[in-house]
Amino acid sequence: MKGKRLFKVWMSPALFLAPALLLIAVFFFIPVVVSFLMSFTDFDIYSLADSSNARFVGLENYKNLLSDPLFWKAMHNTLYFVFIGVPLSLFVSLGTALLLNSKLIRFMSLFRLAYFLPVVTTLVAVAVVWRYIYHPSFGLVNYLLSLIGVSGVDWLGNPNWAMPALILMAVWKNFGYNMIIFIAGLQNIPPELYESAQIDGAGRWQELLHITIPMLMPTTIFVSIITIIGYFQLFAEPYVMTQGGPMNATLSIVLLMYQEGFRWWRMGYSAALAFVLFLILFAATLIQLHLQKRFSTV
Amino acid sequence: MRNIHPWKLVCTLVLSFILMQMSTSCRKSSSTKVITLDFWAFGAEGDNVRKFVTGFEAENPGVRVLVQNIPWTAAHEKLLTAYAGNSMPDICQLGNTWIPEFVALNALEGLDRSIDSSNMISSESYFPGIWETNRIEGNLYGIPWYVDTRVLFYRSDLLRKIGWDSPPETWEQMLEISKRLIESGYTKYGVFLPLNEWVVPTVLGMQQGSAILKDDACYGAFSDESFLRGLEIYQHFFQDGLAPKGMTEVNNVYQGFQENTFALYISGPWNIGEMMSRLPAQMQDAWDTAPLPALRSEDYPGLSLAGGSSLVIFRSSQHKDLSWRWIEYLSRPDVQSEFYSQTGDLPARLESWAALGLSEKKPTAAFYHQLESVKNTPQVPEWEQIAMKLQQYLEYVVFEKWTSEKAMELLDQDVNKILEKRRWLKSRD
Amino acid sequence: MKANKVLINTLAIAITFMTLVPFVWMVSASFMHQGEANQFPPRLFPETFSLEHYLRLFISMNIVRYFLNSVLLSASITGLSLLVNSMAGFAFAKFHFPGKESLFKLLLAAMIIPAQVTMLPLFLMMNQLGLINSYFGVIIPGMASIFGIFLIRQYISSLPDSLIEAARLDGATDFQIYWRIVLPLAKPILVTLGLFTFMGTWNDFMWPLIIMTRESMYTLPVAMANLSGEHSQDTELMMAGAVITVLPVIIVFLALQRFYIEGIMLGSVKE
Repeated sequence: MKGKRLFKVWMSPALFLAPALLLIAVFFFIPVVVSFLMSFTDFDIYSLADSSNARFVGLENYKNLLSDPLFWKAMHNTLYFVFIGVPLSLFVSLGTALLLNSKLIRFMSLFRLAYFLPVVTTLVAVAVVWRYIYHPSFGLVNYLLSLIGVSGVDWLGNPNWAMPALILMAVWKNFGYNMIIFIAGLQNIPPELYESAQIDGAGRWQELLHITIPMLMPTTIFVSIITIIGYFQLFAEPYVMTQGGPMNATLSIVLLMYQEGFRWWRMGYSAALAFVLFLILFAATLIQLHLQKRFSTV
Repeated sequence: MRNIHPWKLVCTLVLSFILMQMSTSCRKSSSTKVITLDFWAFGAEGDNVRKFVTGFEAENPGVRVLVQNIPWTAAHEKLLTAYAGNSMPDICQLGNTWIPEFVALNALEGLDRSIDSSNMISSESYFPGIWETNRIEGNLYGIPWYVDTRVLFYRSDLLRKIGWDSPPETWEQMLEISKRLIESGYTKYGVFLPLNEWVVPTVLGMQQGSAILKDDACYGAFSDESFLRGLEIYQHFFQDGLAPKGMTEVNNVYQGFQENTFALYISGPWNIGEMMSRLPAQMQDAWDTAPLPALRSEDYPGLSLAGGSSLVIFRSSQHKDLSWRWIEYLSRPDVQSEFYSQTGDLPARLESWAALGLSEKKPTAAFYHQLESVKNTPQVPEWEQIAMKLQQYLEYVVFEKWTSEKAMELLDQDVNKILEKRRWLKSRD
Repeated sequence: MKANKVLINTLAIAITFMTLVPFVWMVSASFMHQGEANQFPPRLFPETFSLEHYLRLFISMNIVRYFLNSVLLSASITGLSLLVNSMAGFAFAKFHFPGKESLFKLLLAAMIIPAQVTMLPLFLMMNQLGLINSYFGVIIPGMASIFGIFLIRQYISSLPDSLIEAARLDGATDFQIYWRIVLPLAKPILVTLGLFTFMGTWNDFMWPLIIMTRESMYTLPVAMANLSGEHSQDTELMMAGAVITVLPVIIVFLALQRFYIEGIMLGSVKE
């Protein structure tokens, strides 16, 4: 009796869930498990030819990873990209959000559209465009610099400037997204707060510091974690613009993972890299959950 | 768009599937009538080889050659991905240092039998050093398509000014010329040795007798005496300020060469065309090429690397005979000559060198002499990875972060790690 | 106040200039003659309009094929994923069955796993299935998305249960309820999710780059990356390619921007 009832309760939702769950299980969960197992083997191109050429190597891949200067270079570059790029991006997003939220602005939706446009465009295509914008002798950036009397640099050819160049482009490409979320956050701040502050005679800066920024805190945390996770996965920009060069100055974790995996087909090693990336993102998410809890209880 | 009904969604879906089916079946129906040869080529070669397809197709009715062009920067990974995904082309251009890798994967068709029955291709028509790069453990896997090696590009006008009417024959002389050029204020540096290249130190090591890898190519030999001796010469150029250290100091090689930033530059045949088109007309008499210096002048010209690309057939190909015919077509002396005039790639066939007079004419003659004394890099599948590592550690040596002994020891450790799999596979055989 | 107003609007215009200049230059360089974009000082507008690069892309560079591949893949993934995800979202929102909450939580937790982790095994799997260089190799892994299920579930949960109860009393089957009642009501979220999926697929790079090794199967972004490795000195040609790649998403976005921006505002939207 009970079995039959359970069957009835399950039947219909199971049918609705089946396609999605099956797809997710087969094409997501299984690969994740396989990838995890692979990271403990030396699975490589020889093993593709003959799977008996693969060995279980325990934590060897992870050990090698931690002693590989290239891994640390990639880690350093990625952290550079994240810790300079994310704050910069958030700053621009917040600034433009405040600007567009101002009562004095005209044609707000038009500006919002213009700022948002880079977000929806194809990353590979704009990366190609920016490669020419950064051209040392014919590029727009160096031309604009020359107008104010600054001599240009070989943006993508110079190890010191290549990463800042990628950051600048990434900020241009992404800031509109967070701007939209910030605008939504700003519009959720009750206007009474500002009214009472004005009665108390608070100036603009005080309003910003004591009302706007604290009230935006949950939004900021959310947005910054989303952005950090996104920025950690830097790949297409260096792939298209610099191939990780010059002198590995723009080699990112995901690019290294791609190269190890799909250039050299050292799959065990590449899988280990993927899991290191996962651990980092996992930690970032835990921090987000923790911070969000703290701010929602306040 | 406001009124999306579920049925509209389904219609779109069905429509897109029909479209998809159509587009794939189109290809299938056309391929039943004609045989399509998939041919992959890289960079400029891929672009130019398309022009030769029509000639071949006219001679072989019912055959289509589909050229897929892949940029050099992505070539290696695309090939391995195709191998891993069981979707190799029929024929491919393969840099001859890559051949061992694909042989190890058992991906290439042996060509000895095809050679035996061919009246178009035989080893006598090729430079022996280049031909050898296609031979792995006694079996032939590729036919040289065009050849490549490194020679010295130099500013003959500046050298004459300091009393050198001929190019340096030894590295000793090369150092001396560089010093003199700088002292007399003609140039800022003597030589340009790009830091992202592993070729010059490898050549120097080989000239000193280093095998680069030892014990059946199972261990690195970079920290051995002979390689270190070669590296010492390389270091001299940087220590004495004879070569620029920063990558950015020479932003544009041709500009640097023209504006007396340096007067000597070790590079390959692709730069003949570049120098001709990028240097102004009045400069064209001011530069020349010469074979690489040797350790002692009686050994001149010194050893250089055997490079270039070969044509290979993949074992997975369904049309091996036709593929071989395409290779034969591309190996015809007249086609080779024509390909040279299109791309500037030095022909692999000696007949074409003779027909075009390349072995006597000015910039190419040096290559001709050099190609008679070339050697290949170790024929191990891991070579590309090892070369990348070498490049990394060279940087540390040049910037004097580590001594050459220490850097090469660390390099050997890394290389031995890379070769560990090779040792294991060997021990199982 | 007046001065502030001028200041703020000027600033807004200046930022607009900065965000749009790359696009303006991209479009105008694509119409320049060969070599015109490589000069100093850079030209912002072509001397005379030239269509040569577009013609070259269309006639000798197979761009129509790449375009169709992109359209086909984006359209079918969008359509199929809406179907699959809305079914699952509906089940999570309106059915009660044991283990529902923990199943849903498991899915949400899995969202932190970056897609890159799955790529190598997925490639090997697709190879076993013979789906390398096939549309299905891209479509199948793109069909179900946890994020999509989540978004739809949130929306459908907010629909009143009474509608469903009433339909059930009228004798409608679960599938009829889903198809005739829930889907039409969920239209706004379907448009939003469809838009996200379409653009996401159109712009996707890494997976098509890996799985499409045959030129005839390239999508526009993969073809662009390939072209830029081969023809990097042909600035104008590359810009024409970029215009063709970017234009469709911009048009779709401009037509449906309300849904897109609302989608982001719905909160927690992860690209």
